[in-house]
Amino acid sequence: MNPFSYIPATDTSSAVALAANGAKYLAGGTNLVDLMRQGIETPHELVDISRLPLADIEERPGGGLRIGALVRNTRVAADERIRERYPVLAQAILNGASPQLRNRATVGGNLMQRTRCGYFYDRHSACGRRDPGAGCDALDGFNRTHAILGTSESCVAVHPSDMCVALAALDAVVDIAGRDPVPLVDFHRLPGDTPHLETVLAPGELVTSIDLPPAQPGRSVYLKVRDRASYAFALVSVAAVVRMEAGRATGVRIALGGVAAKPWRAYEAEELLTGTSLDDEHVNRAAELALTGSRPRAHNAFKAEVARRLIRRALRGVRS
Amino acid sequence: MPSIQARLSVNGRKHEVELDTRVSLLDCLREHLGLTGTKKGCDQGACGACTVLLNGERVNSCLVLAAQCADAEVTTIEGLASSEVGRAMQEAFVRNDGLQCGYCTPGQVCSAVAMLAEYEAGVPSAVGGSGLTDAEIRERLAGNLCRCGAYNGILAAVREVVQ
Repeated sequence: MNPFSYIPATDTSSAVALAANGAKYLAGGTNLVDLMRQGIETPHELVDISRLPLADIEERPGGGLRIGALVRNTRVAADERIRERYPVLAQAILNGASPQLRNRATVGGNLMQRTRCGYFYDRHSACGRRDPGAGCDALDGFNRTHAILGTSESCVAVHPSDMCVALAALDAVVDIAGRDPVPLVDFHRLPGDTPHLETVLAPGELVTSIDLPPAQPGRSVYLKVRDRASYAFALVSVAAVVRMEAGRATGVRIALGGVAAKPWRAYEAEELLTGTSLDDEHVNRAAELALTGSRPRAHNAFKAEVARRLIRRALRGVRS
Repeated sequence: MPSIQARLSVNGRKHEVELDTRVSLLDCLREHLGLTGTKKGCDQGACGACTVLLNGERVNSCLVLAAQCADAEVTTIEGLASSEVGRAMQEAFVRNDGLQCGYCTPGQVCSAVAMLAEYEAGVPSAVGGSGLTDAEIRERLAGNLCRCGAYNGILAAVREVVQ
């Protein structure tokens, strides 16, 4: 690990000022400290924001909730309001990481966490996400866990978060100090030919909270397929949120995890299902549509089929 | 090298020590305070061997910088022996063969004790349902790996303390 100075932040504006001069934000540290130990992150100054007053979950006018960026993941999943009004978010969080990590990791850090692509982590491999313009050893490497949607010839890494998949399905909004909020679905970027640009944040910008719009009546589910029963990243996951009115689906939102560099909303599938009774025929067609345009590599073609099956299972679950 | 003055309380005893900013809580405990009960397994937050209680909550001490522990209360396996549930858990691990080589055991015991407190405080798990069933215990201890595969003994030990 390279040497760095450590500054505990006393207020948000001084933290942002330090970061504007090149300091890196440290909150829970569950991702950053590991990346520093691997030599992938090499900050010369850390500004510890973990004690800033951004650690509350508050009611919003009109019925939504605001989750401070420094709320620990465990607290979000345990919050009675979240469990009642946004159960898909609690489920997604509880399906990620381990209790020890969830106790420490913050909501903002979950958003900002970096890919677990093995080539990103291995400094001897080519990775344009770590080293702009370096290429991508995953393209023709062992790419079983990699992306099938929104990929480019520069990068096929996936975003590892479960929480963000649920937030995408809930139409959450990311609040950023000193600028307009950004919808969560627009917060992470697809790689294109600049995979090192992972979010819309400019260097030094700070996520302050996540806003959840008022919960819609209806049902939701988070399903996740992984290599072991617990404590593993998603191969594929799906968050589905559906409102049924008089037997017809009116609000359908489907987000996929483990398949792209960002939580992937299946907009065309949602549109197809709107107004239907979520009958098998439409559900099957929607599942096909959601994966149209997927581009598997040598080892991850199975993900498209897993995703189709998960979508069908999720929708059959929420329609009844 | 940039350094910090770390002030933390470990097992009820206050410490003040000058450290390189890079020192993790785990290395602070082991190398600077002489508390070698907490083990270093993967040093990347994957195995759980370094689990300690930080202000009452279980964390991977390898991923916490000592610098972040200003005024924190840390409980390690050495300190757990003085609590009733901690001692009961240690004895149950011995009685139920909840270990083979023993390297992951301090983390397992710390994690199990904290898990019971989390459960009683209403922290949910992905398993859901009611009661600390075997499936619940396994899920809630998923952050502690045991390369000897003593999981059945660990499960039996925790079940015994729950009952």
